[in-house]
Amino acid sequence: MILFDRVTKLYANQERPALDEVSLEIEKGEFVFLVGPSGSGKSTFLRLVLREERPTKGQVWVTGKELNQLSNWKIPALRRQIGTVFQDFRLLPNKTVAENVAFALEVIGKPASHIRKVVPEVLEVVGLEGKEERRPDELSGGEQQRVAIARAFVNRPILLIADEPTGNLDPGTSVGIMKLLDRINQLGTTVVMSTHDQAIVDQMRRRVIELEGGHVVRDQPRGVYGYAR
Amino acid sequence: MRVNFVASEVSSGIRRNLTMTMAVIITVAVSLGLFGASMLVRAQVSTMKDFWYDKVEVSIFLCGKGSDTPSCAGGPVTKAQRDQIKADLESLKPLVVSVYYESQAEAFARFQEQFKNSPIVDNVKPTALPESFRVKLSDPTKYDVVASAFAGRPGIEQVNDQRKILDKFFRLLGGLQLIALLIALSMLVVTVLLIVNTMRVAAFSRRRETSIMRLVGASNFYIQLPFLLEAAVAAGIGAILAVVGLVFVKIIVIDQVLAPSFQFTAFVGWDAVLAIAPLMILVGVGLAAIAAFFTLRKYLRV
Ligand SMILES: Nc1ncnc2c1ncn2[C@@H]1O[C@H](COP(=O)(O)OP(=O)(O)O)[C@@H](O)[C@H]1O
Ligand SMILES: [Mg+2]
Repeated sequence: MILFDRVTKLYANQERPALDEVSLEIEKGEFVFLVGPSGSGKSTFLRLVLREERPTKGQVWVTGKELNQLSNWKIPALRRQIGTVFQDFRLLPNKTVAENVAFALEVIGKPASHIRKVVPEVLEVVGLEGKEERRPDELSGGEQQRVAIARAFVNRPILLIADEPTGNLDPGTSVGIMKLLDRINQLGTTVVMSTHDQAIVDQMRRRVIELEGGHVVRDQPRGVYGYAR
Repeated sequence: MRVNFVASEVSSGIRRNLTMTMAVIITVAVSLGLFGASMLVRAQVSTMKDFWYDKVEVSIFLCGKGSDTPSCAGGPVTKAQRDQIKADLESLKPLVVSVYYESQAEAFARFQEQFKNSPIVDNVKPTALPESFRVKLSDPTKYDVVASAFAGRPGIEQVNDQRKILDKFFRLLGGLQLIALLIALSMLVVTVLLIVNTMRVAAFSRRRETSIMRLVGASNFYIQLPFLLEAAVAAGIGAILAVVGLVFVKIIVIDQVLAPSFQFTAFVGWDAVLAIAPLMILVGVGLAAIAAFFTLRKYLRV
């Protein structure tokens, strides 16, 4: 699903690379936590997968394609296979819940009949039935993140990328979001999620990849947030 | 392709950016209007050229009593000289279309008619005006052929081409025309800059939407289309206003005001307007396209 082969990413005007010779593989169907202190390169890793950034050195393979060789006009097709969720939700404030989800389908040219069918379905999956007509500012943070997850999942992506999805949520709400991401993973979508949240990682007991200063310092099949203490 | 969706995006984009869109429409209308006007002036000048050059003649003035050019050293023109000149002119057909002889008496009569309200008439004696041949050419630009054949010949005081006066006049008009065109062009540049800026503002005010569109895999075309259409709609409305203005100028200013008051010359017809209007629309579309090219490349990359 994802293969990093000695990937180095050095941003312009930076002395230290954000990722330094990172090699790792993530299989189809996995649920992976990406942990590490702030600035360790988690977001950079995820942006490389989305081809929002290009590696300075090395190769990034996603769904069997090497992204350096992917021509620009094929990027949209790649991203249609990947759902994305962020800490700040990234909803459109002047659209309702249903419209926010529908937007993702409209802009890739899906027919209206298809949209009318799948939007209620996915809102039910994320537990937002009955709130279709609300606007983001009429929802709690957890509910807003559910809308974002619905939007990321509505196209049934084979890969879901979540960059600190619980970063803005209280622990109780976070648990609900984690259950939802777990459910999505059960439905066959590979999930890669970066987080700071120790409790969540410890609880879920999934694969943990730890970054520090752009290096992979740990890769454990059923890990917890940190070792010692 | 979701036509409804794109249409609603465009109309909401225009509404959100209404003042900027209005500015674009007005600027496009004004600059294209100026452009159209300078094209119209150009057409007018060429209409006048056709009209006037068709009427110009070469005048061959013959020696009279007071003539003092070297060719008149032998005194006033003799009958033999005059007949020879006439015969030589006739032999220049078909370049020479017609030859008309104007005697001193006729010249004086015409002079009196031209200046009948002016006191100079009283100071000019009938013999002060030279007799002349008025020669009409099939191709007025071949004036030199006549001039070289007759200028300096005994009995001929001077050969005069009215074209020279017209040339001066049209050179002046040409200069004015160039200035008008330069003003129009600089307005067009200003318009492109304004459209670029408007699209930038539009791109900025919709950066949330476009960033989401990118993430969910919308194609470049889909991301850029609303901006393109917005620019095209604004430029299109501006161009239509400019064309309406041009038609208005033709009907009101030319046909109802200028043409009746200046009957001695011809004015541009509808054929000129019909040729200029599509050009204006084309330039308007071109402006929007150029502006879009710069903006989209820079601000709306995948
Ligand atoms: N767009 C950018 N330009 C320059 N430097 C960046 C950019 N994004 C991230 N960085 C730098 O790269 C390093 C890794 O950042 P990031 O991947 O965001 O880490 P994390 O998500 O783990 O906090 C940091 O030192 C950060 O300052
Ligand atoms: Mg980050």
